[in-house]
Amino acid sequence: MNQVWDWDAAWAVLPELLMAFVHVTLIVTVASTAIAAVLGLLIAILRMSVPKPVAVVINFIGDFIRMTPIVVQLLFAYWTFLNVEPLTIGIAVFGIHYSTYMAEVYRAGIESVPKGQWEATTALSMSKTRTWTAVIVPQAVRATVPALGNYAISMFKDTPFLLSIGVVEMVRAGLTFGGNNFRYMEAITLAGVIFLLASYPTSLLISRLEKRLAYNY
Amino acid sequence: MPTTTDSETAPESGAPATAPAIRFQDVEKRFGDNVVLKDLNFEVSKGDRVTLIGPSGSGKTTILRLVMTLEKATGGYIHINGEPLTHELRGGKRVERSEKAQKQIRKRIGMVFQQFNLFPNMTVLENIIEAPVHVLGQSKEQATRRAMELLESVGLPNKAKAHPLQLSGGQQQRVAIARALAMDPEILLLDEVTSALDPEIVGEVLAILRRIADTTDITMLIVTHEMQFARDVSNRVLMFDGGRIVEEATPDVMFTEPKHERTQAFLHAVLGGQEGQIGTH
Repeated sequence: MNQVWDWDAAWAVLPELLMAFVHVTLIVTVASTAIAAVLGLLIAILRMSVPKPVAVVINFIGDFIRMTPIVVQLLFAYWTFLNVEPLTIGIAVFGIHYSTYMAEVYRAGIESVPKGQWEATTALSMSKTRTWTAVIVPQAVRATVPALGNYAISMFKDTPFLLSIGVVEMVRAGLTFGGNNFRYMEAITLAGVIFLLASYPTSLLISRLEKRLAYNY
Repeated sequence: MPTTTDSETAPESGAPATAPAIRFQDVEKRFGDNVVLKDLNFEVSKGDRVTLIGPSGSGKTTILRLVMTLEKATGGYIHINGEPLTHELRGGKRVERSEKAQKQIRKRIGMVFQQFNLFPNMTVLENIIEAPVHVLGQSKEQATRRAMELLESVGLPNKAKAHPLQLSGGQQQRVAIARALAMDPEILLLDEVTSALDPEIVGEVLAILRRIADTTDITMLIVTHEMQFARDVSNRVLMFDGGRIVEEATPDVMFTEPKHERTQAFLHAVLGGQEGQIGTH
């Protein structure tokens, strides 16, 4: 009972961890990444299209979200919207929090599109909407895919913060198992291993993408 | 052709059929304290091919960019077919026209850039049909048919599905010419279109432009360092220096007996003392 590692406990906790991984960690990561990717792009475009004072306000809100810890935001949202599912709150908070980072990435991507591309859209009398959707965004996004992927991984690793609002994600599932069986070591170690096994191949994929996506103007 | 009611802006706008394709009236362009163009007045008649020559920094490219509305004049007025382009005189004040009004005029103007500026995320065909379909409202089939004709005419019929970055510089520029022509512009602006190309492929691009000049009545405003091309294609040459026109003549006169010493010095420098050898085809 006092040995450092107990394989029986490890095998017992593994299914619970995997269930939590699939039902919470993965869902939050995918849903929040989607929200952050879309919202971040909207913020980036909005900031470049609105009058300066409005852009300053948007920037301030973005800075505020980025400069405060995600746990504080989770708890704040949790206690503000008491009748909303904690999982939903988690997805929304992660999505919004990371959208402010992704907006920065998109901004850099948009700025990396050569001026000549904008001038060509003017010379062809293209509408603002077509200019953004057909020319600027496709080129800007291509350049930002790797950075966006890295933020997705970073969000994935932040999901244990959800335990602060009672969502049973992987680490919470492990702690619950530990509390019931007095075996914490196996649960926490395995949770770490699952995180590693999921994020490492993803990061390799991203660095391969990075090499394939760059335009040579 | 809509007739303009604000006749105070352009006395001749009551008869737009005879109005010049392009008219610069006291145009000034400054970037901060740097005055690039000052009190510039000139006209380009419909169907004219006018080449602007002069040392770099003399404001030639700025003129094309003003006509394309990539820059806005800081003073004076530009008229296209008798209609004010970006600014007009209203109630004794110089005011900017609505974006909608500017866009209506811009549609009739096409531009080919030194750096091609094709969209790398689209195929060659998509580059050409983008504006005809989404700006002029042509059907995709109609635009594609016309695009294929244009690709044929620039010698690239089997590159429709290629992406621009798979093409050589000369090929990209030919696609850019086709893309500009697909909009059926009344005015075509050519901004140093061969300056980014290797010397051995300059000829293929110029040959296409010569043919366009021969077979259409598109008004052309050309900035180039290719003096032979200027001589072949244009019927008027304007020599610029320091944001002003220092001399204006037919190419024959300009290249053989320039009057102004500034023109003589410039031509001597670019032609390396071969003025006598530049001939007509």
